Order: sequence, then structure tokens, then C-alpha cells
Amino acid sequence: MTLEILGISVLWLFLLGYLIIGSIDFGAGFFNAYGVLTGRQHILTNIIQRYLSPVWEVTNVFLVFFFVGVVGFFPKTAFYYGTTLLVPASIAIILLAIRGSYYAFESYGSRGHKGYSFMYGAAGLLIPASLSVVLTISEGGFVSMVNDNPVLDYHALFTSPLTWSIVVLAIAAVLYISAVFLTWYADKAGDRKATKLLRKYALIWAGPLAISVIGIMFELSKHNVEHFNRMIDIGWMFGLSAIMFVITVWFIWKKQHYSWALGLLIGQFALAFFAYGISHYPYLLYPYLTIYDSFTNPAMATALVVAFVLGLLLLIPSIYLLMKLFLFNKDYIRGKKDHHA
Amino acid sequence: MENESAVFFSRVLTELTLSFHIIYATIGVGVPLMIMIAQWVGIKKNDEHYILLARRWARGFVITVAVGVVTGTAIGLQLSLLWPNFMQLAGNVIALPLFMETFAFFFEAIFLGIYLYTWDRFENQKKHLLLLIPVAIGASMSAVFITIVNAFMNAPQGFDVVDGQLVNIQPILAMLNPAMPTKVAHVVVTAYMTAAFVLAAIAAFKMLKGSTHVYHKKALFLLMKVGLVFAVASAIIGDFSAKYLVEYQPEKLAAAEWHFETEKNAPLVLFGVTDGEEVKYAIKVPYALSFLAHSNPTAEVIGLNEFPEDETPPLYIHYLFDTMVMIGMFMVLVSAAYVLGKIRGWSFVSTKWFRWVIVAGGPLSIIAIEAGWWLAEVGRQPWILRKYMKVAEAATTSDHVDIMLILFCGLYIVLGVGSVVVLRRMFRHNPIEQEIEDRKAEKGGDFS
Repeated sequence: MTLEILGISVLWLFLLGYLIIGSIDFGAGFFNAYGVLTGRQHILTNIIQRYLSPVWEVTNVFLVFFFVGVVGFFPKTAFYYGTTLLVPASIAIILLAIRGSYYAFESYGSRGHKGYSFMYGAAGLLIPASLSVVLTISEGGFVSMVNDNPVLDYHALFTSPLTWSIVVLAIAAVLYISAVFLTWYADKAGDRKATKLLRKYALIWAGPLAISVIGIMFELSKHNVEHFNRMIDIGWMFGLSAIMFVITVWFIWKKQHYSWALGLLIGQFALAFFAYGISHYPYLLYPYLTIYDSFTNPAMATALVVAFVLGLLLLIPSIYLLMKLFLFNKDYIRGKKDHHA
Repeated sequence: MENESAVFFSRVLTELTLSFHIIYATIGVGVPLMIMIAQWVGIKKNDEHYILLARRWARGFVITVAVGVVTGTAIGLQLSLLWPNFMQLAGNVIALPLFMETFAFFFEAIFLGIYLYTWDRFENQKKHLLLLIPVAIGASMSAVFITIVNAFMNAPQGFDVVDGQLVNIQPILAMLNPAMPTKVAHVVVTAYMTAAFVLAAIAAFKMLKGSTHVYHKKALFLLMKVGLVFAVASAIIGDFSAKYLVEYQPEKLAAAEWHFETEKNAPLVLFGVTDGEEVKYAIKVPYALSFLAHSNPTAEVIGLNEFPEDETPPLYIHYLFDTMVMIGMFMVLVSAAYVLGKIRGWSFVSTKWFRWVIVAGGPLSIIAIEAGWWLAEVGRQPWILRKYMKVAEAATTSDHVDIMLILFCGLYIVLGVGSVVVLRRMFRHNPIEQEIEDRKAEKGGDFS
């Protein structure tokens, strides 16, 4: 395995981590807002608060880790993506900042402001939408070189059906992942009402998720044939992912094996996400940037890999402790014990 | 191709983001240590007041840390969004500490989550305190790694440029650049000092507002002792920083000191105004600059005349330097007077006016931090990477930076106002007297 592939694989893995735990967070915010709107928040608030409170900051770190890592391993991305993403990334930062800090303000400061809940819920959908634009741009066709500087064509971007199908996928995925996870969490907490409601949400959002994936495949076959063909080459990974998706929905439909459903959900997204990444290889930005011509020097690459391994030795036990205390602690999940400062 | 307005707005936006972020970042680095000290003292002395102090600070800390995290994310991304050419170049040499910083941040975030949600969960309080150690280490290490990147911008090394290509790159050597030791130490120690004086200001303010509870007195005395230690340390390290400048960035020191001509027996200029190269209304301390720079009152100090005019920083950094140093000295005096006064029983340290001085020390310390950072950044101009890349060459060419500046202004207003409102509400609704009563009722224990 070359250092280039090792680097991008590690970063991709962390982005997958952000995709999963970020989705849970964003979707939870949306369901909470929806609950407030329909007068059902008492069913959900407890479950959502207990899960989110201790981990919200950790979610953010996954994203930071990804973009710092990308610039570290592939410094040229700073030039291409840094210049073109000014507007979408700034909007995403602002939404993330307001959402993140007001989450803390609300949960530790003062509770129960309705307008805030809506804003929080809406931001949770807008963030994945604005971040997903990066994936669209990476497919090429929206960036051109003017005087040796990359320029983003906003008109082409926002009138492309590919953009919008990826946005729909991002939102549907967020809500689906979140609903499946919270169904499992609520079931573990023994909260029947919440389980019932969240199970319904999971089933509802499975549909749009499947449809948007088919839509993207169709659009991509026209937009970036090279990428599409490579996706067909590793079609078995997508196929396996689809099977996992069907089984997850089946378990949830049957109200059984929620733990398996959660495991399969993660498997489904991991497979699809890596299949997408592998078929994107070697391009970081079609057709300007590949992982090879943007890669950092060997000395830095080695240093980063060593730092990464040492960092993981520190992080893995810490994350294990966090999960043991909050995610797998029955008393905590069920709300029997609250030890907040 | 440079885009002049993009360069200008990128500078303004970066300055705005850093100036806002540094307030929360400084508190974020310093306060965990204060919490740790208070909780430790509480456990040692078996005094519930100190434990409560730690607990209430921890609660407020969550709010500031939240703003620190999200604005830190903003500056992290803005480095690539606004300075893509710089990051492309520097990423090759200095990406390592940036990458390590995310680990430090990760580590801190995980344990902060655990620490906050495990109060009273352990029989043995010391176990809970143990969980705070990674938070404090993570917070301080974040500052260390980020400051290393900044130090590299001032004193780049660990690479060679051959035919416009970077070769012979040594990431560790780049981190261990000459600016690193003094800069890192100064940033970390002043963060501790500022956190102590900000919290002391709150305690003094509560006492001025008529709260006579012994809790505040204990808090104030503890914080002033801690603040004194770090204020003295900051001054000593500040002196080393000046000596670093003499050796490696003489133009920065010369501009900050309005030292125009290379000369021996150089005086130290304080305040004043310049008219060309003429300094008016200034206090000149004879031989002091030579002494400061070389520990020798007659030594020669390099002046601005040795540098091309387009490679020297603007002269207004002189005022930033004066502001930082004056406030630093003032805080040493105030905390020393208070601590000595308490021990020796001087009555003036308990008077109203002196408490107002302590209250002023909080915002003053923050101003000193801001002045220090502006001095560090403006003093490096016109370089973004000294002697290798100018700020103007590093900026984005995008046409939308002005609109982003407006959006981020809005964001910082929302975050700034929000955090202040929430913090005030949090402590006003639950004053210390109330909380002590509540806990007494809960435990029926022995409280004084």
C-alpha cells in the first residue's frame, strides 16, 4: 500500500465517522424540532438530550480532523478547494458554529425556546446540504482555471440536477441514519413510545434514501462517465450495501433485532462510502487533482502517519471509555442517573 | 495574479476571527487548570467551597469552550479558504503540528464530555479529578501546537528551496524553530494568567455587589496567588521573547521600540508619537533597550535603517507593545499587593477601590492578550512566512471575501452576545448562596 492510499484511506475513514455520528446529531435536531411543532417533543427530548449532551463536541472533531488531515497529506487541495469552496464552506462553518454553540447555550444555560429549536433543526439539514456540495464539485465540470486560478461556476453548480440529487441524498441519509440509531437507543432505554415514533421515521426516510441513490447514479452516468464506469466495476460493493439496507429495513419493519439493524446500517454506509471513494480514485478533483500529484513530501507523510498511529493509541481507549460510560451504560441511558456539573 | 480587494478583506476577516477566537481560546486553555487547582485544594482541605468553585467554573467553562470550539473550527478552515497559497506551501512543512493539534483537541473534547457528566458519580473525588487532567493537558497542548505553527511563520526552517521547489523537508526541525520556545511558553503562561485574573475579577465583582459569602474570599485569594505566579512567569518569558527578537527578527523589535538607527547605548522608548523618524512626547529610559536586548547597557541594537522599507512592519505596533507590557506589569503589581496585603494584613487590599482595580484586571488582561497577538501578527508584516512569502501573495483570489466578512461579523455578534447572556443568566439564576443551601438540603452534610 502506498502512503498516498494509506493517507486517503485514513481520512476517508474519519469522514465516514463524521458522516455517521454527524448524521445522528443533525437528524436528532430535526426530529426534536418536528416534535416541538407537532406537540410530541416530550416523547423524544429525553432520549435525544441524553445521547447528544456528552458527545456533541466530539462530533465536531471528526470534521476538523478530516480537513486538517487533507491539507496535511495533500497540501495542493488547499489551493484548489480552498479557493473554490470559500462560499459554501463559509456558510457551513457559520451554520455549524451557530448550531454547536447554541446547543451548548441551550442545554447548559436555559431551556425551552421554541424558535431556537426550529433554527437548530433547520441548521441540521442545511449543514449536510452545504457540505455535500463539496462532493458534487469534486466530480468536476464546475471548476475552471482562469489565469491559473480555480474558479467555481455557481450557475452551473446550482442548476445541475446532480447537485440537487446529492443534496437530497445527504438530507435523506441524515434522517435515516439518525432515525435508525435513535430507534435502537430508545429501545435500549426501554422507552416504548419513543421507539415506536422513531421506528416510523426510519421507515419513512428509507424510501427517499433509495430513490435519491438511484437518481445520483443516473445523473452521474451523464455527468462523469469515467467515474460512473469505475463504480460499475466495483458494483458488488454497492450491491452488498443495498442488501444490507434491505435487511435493516426488514428488521425495523418487523420490530426486531434493532442492534443488528444498527450494525447493518453502519455496514451499508461504510461499504457505499468506500465504494464511492474507491471509484473516485485517483482523483480528488476531476480532472485537475489526483492523490498522487497533490501528495505531500515523503518526510511529512511519514511524520503524519507516525503521529496518527500515536494519536490513535491515545484516542481509542478514550473513545471506548466515553462509549462505556454513556452509550452502553444502562443506568445512564435510562435516565436513572444524572451527574451533570 | 493578485486580487487586491480579496487580499484586504482576507486580512480583515482573519484578524476579526483571530481576535474573537483568542478570547475564548485563552479562557479555554487557562480555565481547566484553575478548575483543577480549585478541585485539588477542595479535596486536600476537605472544603466543599473549593469543590463548588470548581463545579461552577466547569459549568461556565462549557459555554466558553463551545464558542472556542466553533470559532476554532472557523479559523482552521479559513486558513485554507483565505490563504490557499500559504497553506499549499506551508502544508508541506508545518502540517505536522496542525495535525497533532486535532488529536489534542479530540482528547480534550472526549474527557471534557466525561468530566462534565460524572460529577458525584465516583465515591472517590480524586477519580473525578483525574478525568480533568486530560482536559487540561489537551487544552494546553492545543495551544502549544498551534503556537508552533505561528512560530514557524516567524522563523521558518526545516526545508530548503531549490529552483522554487521545497526540498530536504524536516517536519520536526520545522517545529523546533527558534521562535518556538519563547512563543509557546508566553502563550500558555499568559493564558493561565488571564484565566486567573478574569475569574478573580468575577469574584471581586460579586463582593462589590454585596455578596459577603466566604466562598468569594477564598476564590479571590486563591486566584490572585495563582495569577501572581503566572504574571511573574509571563514577564520573565516576555523578556526572553525580546531576546529572541534581537537574534532572529530584529526588524520586529526595532519597529516595536521605534528604534530607527543601529546604535549603542540604545534607550527604551515608551509611548510618544512619531513624526517621520522623530519621536515626540515619549518617555526615554536611557540604555534600557540595549540592556533589554543584550543584558548590557552599552550593547549595539540593530535599527530599522538596516532593512528595506517594504520589509518592515508598521510603526503603530509600538503602542501594542506598550499596552501589553504595561498591563502585564500592572497585573504583577496588583496581584503582588493583594497577596502580600492579605498575608501582612494591609487593610487597603480589602477596600472598595482596590476591588475595582481587581475587577478591571479581568478585561485588562484580555486587552493585553489581544495587543500581544496583534503585535505578533502585524509585527511580522509584510510576511506571512518570513522571508519566503508575503501576505499579499498568499491570499485567495476569490471575489466573495467581502460578503463572507459581513456574514462572519454577524456570526461573532450572535456568538458573543449569546455567550454573555447565557453566562449571566446561568449564574444569576443560581447564586452561590442558593446552591450551597440546595446542596445542604440534598446531603444534610456539614457545610459552613
